[in-house]
Amino acid sequence: MSLLELRHLSKTYPGQNGAVVQAVSDVSLTIEPGEVLGVVGESGCGKSTLGRSLLRLIEPSGGEILFEGEDLMGLSQRAMKPRRRDLQIIFQDPFGSLNPRHTVGGIIGEPLVVHGVGTREERAARVAELLKLVGLPEDAGKRYPHEFSGGQRQRIAIARALALNPKLLVADEAVSALDVSIQSQIINLIADLQKRLNLSILFISHDLSVIRHVSDRIAVMYLGRIVEVGPAEEIMDAPKHPYTQALLSAIPRPGVERKQRIVLQGELPDPANPPSGCAFHTRCPKVMDICHSVRPELARPQASAVEAGSVSAVACHLYPAA
Amino acid sequence: MAESALLTINDLHIDVGSRPVIEGVSLSIAAGEMLGLVGESGCGKSVTALSIMRLLAEPPMKIVKGSIVFDGQDILDLDDRALEDLRGNQIAMIFQEPMTSLNPVFSIGNQIAEVVLLHRKVSRAEAEARAVELLTRVGIPSPQTALGRYPHQMSGGQRQRVMIAMALACEPKLLVADEPTTALDVTVQAQILDLLDDLRRETGMAVLLITHDLGVVSQYCDRVAVMYGGRVVEEASAAELFAHPRHRYTEALLRTIPASNPPGVELPAIPGQVPPPGRRPVGCTFHPRCHAMVAPCGTDMPALVGDAHLIRCWNPAA
Repeated sequence: MSLLELRHLSKTYPGQNGAVVQAVSDVSLTIEPGEVLGVVGESGCGKSTLGRSLLRLIEPSGGEILFEGEDLMGLSQRAMKPRRRDLQIIFQDPFGSLNPRHTVGGIIGEPLVVHGVGTREERAARVAELLKLVGLPEDAGKRYPHEFSGGQRQRIAIARALALNPKLLVADEAVSALDVSIQSQIINLIADLQKRLNLSILFISHDLSVIRHVSDRIAVMYLGRIVEVGPAEEIMDAPKHPYTQALLSAIPRPGVERKQRIVLQGELPDPANPPSGCAFHTRCPKVMDICHSVRPELARPQASAVEAGSVSAVACHLYPAA
Repeated sequence: MAESALLTINDLHIDVGSRPVIEGVSLSIAAGEMLGLVGESGCGKSVTALSIMRLLAEPPMKIVKGSIVFDGQDILDLDDRALEDLRGNQIAMIFQEPMTSLNPVFSIGNQIAEVVLLHRKVSRAEAEARAVELLTRVGIPSPQTALGRYPHQMSGGQRQRVMIAMALACEPKLLVADEPTTALDVTVQAQILDLLDDLRRETGMAVLLITHDLGVVSQYCDRVAVMYGGRVVEEASAAELFAHPRHRYTEALLRTIPASNPPGVELPAIPGQVPPPGRRPVGCTFHPRCHAMVAPCGTDMPALVGDAHLIRCWNPAA
């Protein structure tokens, strides 16, 4: 059984003049125990809404969230609370997500207090253990967030998220605000903790090179939908959807020539007024007639349309479904 | 290089209060050249950029030493009036966040025309015609209609195009671009950088591109200067720098990025963090984080030496 299974999850917001904004549309995904699933896409594609919806930090509009087989959507907030111990999140901004008036020890220990775990002494011991786990000095617990750099604050946020021994961690752009030399320290820390604690992680980022580095599987989102999902290696080495191909080729990398790039025209369409058919057809270099009118379903392509051994699913008319 | 240079910064020192932030930066940029200035937050790259425009908040910031010679004139000697003529006219600047650099209560057309009217003796109608021309050049669809739109009605990428149009209004000789694509998506980033690249090739405008993104620098810049702790630590042609980084900081920075490493393995991380101004160590500023430290590193600051490939390091990579 998958640790988490999303079935047709969607989230809509009321837009201007009675319009409906589809932030997340019909997303079905699974995460296995100990697996890192990378979710990549540009701003406004719905990746953060997806991460928050599956924790019910934002109430989804429809679909099912099966966590260890139990549908979280059916739970009341009260019944949801014990489940939250298993589901934690870290955010992009380590400056905005830590209360400046609490000590670091108080911040890391707060989830334990909220969930009534242990005695005061046991909680103090757990905080000390967590500080060590994320590589912070012992005396850090008595200090305040402003005394720490961005990278260290992200360590504090990670320690807080791990306080209750969660099974699933949502990392929403967790390294995006950090400097290059600090980013690699935090990526290493997350990867190390994932292995040691056998954590499942939904790793959300706009940066494909970071996603590639940490993920077992990758899901690519465009305008609220998954357009391609598969093993990280296959997505990176043999991307199928024209959007994935363009996204990959747009990453500037030292030592890679600029000439073979696919530069997309235009920008992400307005999610309140998505294009008909395939939402990507307005920017797609390989657009066909059918793309204007029929939305392709996410499915495994026919074996003849893809390379041998391919297991990715793709939502594109170039690859007829099996 | 010095003779053909459009802009030459020489031994620039800037303090914030009593703390030095820029500690002897020398740079030059030739007409038509794109120079990349890279570094992490707190290294002084944005302060350097603002000093070229004389846009530093003085006080608390103060230029204590050095010169910034643009087109034969030391910018540091100019009075306010001469600076007004320089800014927006001969040197233009674009920033990371186009939303906060545009005025939300004026239309796009109004804001572009304002730049033209300020620096050129033209009528309002001529200035608007120029605005249409500029919006067309930067790839804004239906430019005539766009004149009447407001910043909030545009996307981030379009707003950055508008900023570029404003910057180009008076055909500046130098464009200072401070993290111009950092807030944009990668697919839009590629469009904006291609546009800047086309423009400098067409017009001979020099571009100082400030960024933390080594990939961007490698693909667009002719030359690169790497800053750390308020100083340039390495400078070379982009091709040379990325093929043979010699300063230990540059070398470590290139090694640490995920794109340089196979998936799943531990990244060769740089320990510690960038020291903030006022807490910079003696000796080479990078030495507490360096894996190749030798005797003088902890006590003496190395000089920036070399011919085409300059490095400030006691023990450079071979």
